[in-house]
Amino acid sequence: MNWTDEGIVLSARKHGEHSVIVNLLTAEHGRHAGLVRGGAGKRAQGLYQAGNGVRATWRARLEDHLGNYTCELTRAVAAEWLDDPLRLAGLSAACAVAEAALPEREPHPGLYRRLIAFIDGLGDADWLEAYVRWERDLLTDMGFGLDLSACAATGALEELAYVSPRSGRAVSLSGGADYRDKLFALPAFLLDDPAAAASNESGTAIADGLRLTGHFLEQYAFGHHRSGVPPARTRLVARVKAMHTAHTISGG
Amino acid sequence: MATTDIDRLIQLLAKLPGLGPRSARRAVLHLIKNKEALMIPLSRALDLAAENIRTCAVCGNLDVVDPCPICADPRRDGSVICVVEEVADLWAMERTAAFRGRYHVLGGVLSPLDGVGPEDLNIDGLVARAGQDEVKEVILATAATVDGQTTAHYVSDRLGDCGVKISALAHGIPVGGELDYLDDGTLSAALKARRSI
Repeated sequence: MNWTDEGIVLSARKHGEHSVIVNLLTAEHGRHAGLVRGGAGKRAQGLYQAGNGVRATWRARLEDHLGNYTCELTRAVAAEWLDDPLRLAGLSAACAVAEAALPEREPHPGLYRRLIAFIDGLGDADWLEAYVRWERDLLTDMGFGLDLSACAATGALEELAYVSPRSGRAVSLSGGADYRDKLFALPAFLLDDPAAAASNESGTAIADGLRLTGHFLEQYAFGHHRSGVPPARTRLVARVKAMHTAHTISGG
Repeated sequence: MATTDIDRLIQLLAKLPGLGPRSARRAVLHLIKNKEALMIPLSRALDLAAENIRTCAVCGNLDVVDPCPICADPRRDGSVICVVEEVADLWAMERTAAFRGRYHVLGGVLSPLDGVGPEDLNIDGLVARAGQDEVKEVILATAATVDGQTTAHYVSDRLGDCGVKISALAHGIPVGGELDYLDDGTLSAALKARRSI
C-alpha cells in the first residue's frame, strides 16, 4: 500500500526514543495516522507541529497497518503564531477538535479545505468567528448539523435568536421568549443570512457561538470519549472569556 | 555471576535512553571485563547517587543538597528567574555561562496527548516565587514548539498578577546557521523578530 496526499498535522505523539506517531488530516484519506521514524529528532521536530501543512507519503504492507509516513513541509503555520497566545490556542483547538471528533480513515475533503481556509485566515480580524463556523461545519460533516434555516416553533425565517439545545434547530425571538433561559443564544455570524438574525446581538457573540458548538460537540462528538472535550479547546474558551472580561473592564 | 544476573543487567541497561539490547550487551561485557576499574566504581557511584540526589525544593533542580548550589549561591542574581521545562535545559543554560540568575524547572510542558495538565507542572511554586519582592523578571525559556509556547503563554497568564516583567527567549537563526538550510518556520520566526542594527 502506498499513497501520497496533502495533509495538516493534527498531533505527533512520541513513540519510543526516536519515532513519533503523527496524525494528519489529509485531503483525500481523512484523518490518518502513521509512524515517522526519526520524527522525534531535533531536525524533524519542527515539522510535526500542529497546524503545519505537509505533503505526506504513506506506506504499509497491508491497508489496516499503522504504516510509515514520510513528510515534507509545505506550510510552516505553527511557527507563525507561536507568539500569539489567542491564535495559537485557536490553532491548537482546531487541530485537537478535528483529531478527537473525526473518525480515522474516513475522507472529509470539504472539512479539510475548510480547515485550510481557517488556518489561512488566522491573521484576519474575524478569525474567531471563522473558528466557530468551522466547528459548526465539523458538526454538519459528522451528521449532527444545526438547522438554522427557520424557527422550530413558529416557522419564521426572520429574527432568529436562539438554538434549542435538544434539537439543534433555530428559534426566533418571539418563539423562544418564554424559554430563553433554556436556549442557546444564536450569534448572527453563524447564519448564512445575517439579516435573519434578531437585532439583540451582544458583545459576547464569540463566547455564545463557542458555547453553542461546544454543547453539540460534547453531546455528539466527545460524549463517547473517555477524555471528553480536548483541553486545547477548553483553554481557547477560557482565553476568549478572559479577553471578553478584560474588554468589559476596560470599557471597550 | 549467574546468567540470570547478566540478563537482568542487560535488560536494565537496555532501558536507558540511547541503548538497545544490543548495545546493552556490549556495555555489560565491557563492565564485566573491567570489573575493578569500571563495574565496582560504577555500582558504588550509582548507590551513592540513588541515596543522595534529591530535587531542590525551591527550583526543582537535581543535586545532592537541598536547596541546590544555584539557589543557595548569594552571588547569583535573585531578581531574575529563568523558567525551563526540564533539568536538562537548566544544565544547557548553565553550560553557556551567559545567565547568572536563578532557575525554575517546570517538569515538562502542557501536553494533552500525554495527559499533562497544569496541575502536573511546578507552576504554583513559580507563582509563589515570582510574588516575592526580590523577583523583578521571569524569563520563559520553553521550547519553540506548540506545546512549549502554549505552556509559556499559560505560565505568563498565571504570573499576570505578580507584577514582574515577563520575557521569553528569541526564536530565529542559530549561530552558524545559513538561510538556505533553515526551515520555513524558523525563517518566518526570525523575520518576525528582526531588530534594528
